Amino acid sequence: MVDRSSPNAAPPERPQRPPLSAASLILRLGGIAVVVAAVAGAFAYVHGNFDPQRLTPKALVDVLEKNNGVHPGFRRNHAKGVCVIGHFESSGEARVFSTAQVFNDPSTPVVGRFALPAGNPYAPDSSVPIRSLALRFTQANGQQWRTGMNSMPVFPVGTPEAFYQLQQAQSPDPATGKPDPSKVPAFFASHPEAVPFLTWVKTAKPSASYATETYNSVNAFYLVDASGKKQAVRWSMTPLAQDAAGATAPEGGDFLEKDLVQKLAAAPLRFQLNITLANPEDPVNDASKTWPAGRKVVNAGTLVLEKTQPQLSGECRDINYDPLVLPAGIQGSADPLLAARSAGYADSYLRRTSEVSQLPAAKQEARP
Amino acid sequence: MRTQPTHFVLLARLLHWLMALMIIAMLFIGAGMVTSVSERHEWLIHLHKPLGIAILVLVVVRLLVRLTTRQPPLPADLPDFQVLAAKASHLLLYALMLVLPLLGWAMISASGEPVMLSTTLQLPSIVPADAQLFAWLRKAHGYLAYLLFLTVLLHLAAALFHGWVRRDEVLDSMLRGRDRH
Repeated sequence: MVDRSSPNAAPPERPQRPPLSAASLILRLGGIAVVVAAVAGAFAYVHGNFDPQRLTPKALVDVLEKNNGVHPGFRRNHAKGVCVIGHFESSGEARVFSTAQVFNDPSTPVVGRFALPAGNPYAPDSSVPIRSLALRFTQANGQQWRTGMNSMPVFPVGTPEAFYQLQQAQSPDPATGKPDPSKVPAFFASHPEAVPFLTWVKTAKPSASYATETYNSVNAFYLVDASGKKQAVRWSMTPLAQDAAGATAPEGGDFLEKDLVQKLAAAPLRFQLNITLANPEDPVNDASKTWPAGRKVVNAGTLVLEKTQPQLSGECRDINYDPLVLPAGIQGSADPLLAARSAGYADSYLRRTSEVSQLPAAKQEARP
Repeated sequence: MRTQPTHFVLLARLLHWLMALMIIAMLFIGAGMVTSVSERHEWLIHLHKPLGIAILVLVVVRLLVRLTTRQPPLPADLPDFQVLAAKASHLLLYALMLVLPLLGWAMISASGEPVMLSTTLQLPSIVPADAQLFAWLRKAHGYLAYLLFLTVLLHLAAALFHGWVRRDEVLDSMLRGRDRH
């Protein structure tokens, strides 16, 4: 912002410029247009406007909406769930591998969420053989550790592109309104990396309870110690006191949340945080590959869950369980799925937080 | 009567060009970040946050410099609508340079995430965690960033218009400290 000279100030000395010829004027204006267009074009390039094939967070979430329908205010995946409140009691055993305060302090508060990995918040609990557990640990120093774990040991694919194609294979065909049943088998036929997952899923049954499942980080991370040394790890939450393990799920709708409320009314639920240390040759950046049995496992402590809250009014509702929100002492690996989860969750989070006012009243979480 | 300065003071020119680089970089980082799911998304976010806070600090310094130093006047023969456009667009640039980092800081606060500038450097939250507030702030941050980019383009076009077409002293006053002749 420059002021025009006041009338009584002497005008700055300025040599008279000869007027521009029409050709020169057009050339100069054209030059300005070229410079501005170059900057705007570079911006559009970075923004992906010239590359419609680029996998964007929007495309990832759009395909989930296409397959599952839009349920305003709900998560675009793992839409059906329940909040849990508790704390984590560190055993101190992970302290030598990581400086994260959560492994040092005796108790760290936790807000978690059990869920079904489906995009429909009204899906029957028996419709998927997988359950998930997301946790947010809030350390005393204000840093947080967020993790989203699943009851499967490996992910079907190793890249976000393949995950996207797998979702596309399940999209409704515009002609019939239903997914083409030949597409998913065709996808797996051309994706041999899915064999470990497919082998596991053959024997997987929908569990009758959230409390009896083991929840795995699936992706790998690094623990970082005080000297900066990094150890590749995967972690899992394993239930202690498995009284009803292996029970088959009842048919139908909404037994998981009822079971959890019932169990927590009787006593807190405990899970052990097992951290598996990779050997140098283990695949760190590929969530579709298992690590061989016999790796060293550190018992980092016990997760104690004390009560549930409905997901539409509970504390977990407004938490984005982005697996790359990590405290000092834990780092993400270069697994490409981690960055894609972080980017995709952010897009889903913006969509659903924009729709909070459209959520059904918290107390009547009935089907519409 | 004091004579009017013909150029911006050295500190003002340094701040202008340093921030020009940082803001252009920031706009490109933001555009790449929100349209990528690759590892690039992650490292761009880790650049975006500290760079945004650095811009916030610098714009405060810059406003102080702006308010305590004298600026060269606009050319006396500049048409009124161009004077108005120059003043309005500069006001908008200053406002957006100040507001965008604050919106970014506030939106992370509203999401309930700790505001981390590095693995250990944490800023306090400036608004309470609130989902609806987050959605509003996040959208405002995005839309105003596009507006800033358009304003920067206009600023660039106007500066070149002064330098190449009008051939007055405006562009020169930000490029160097003394007249050429």
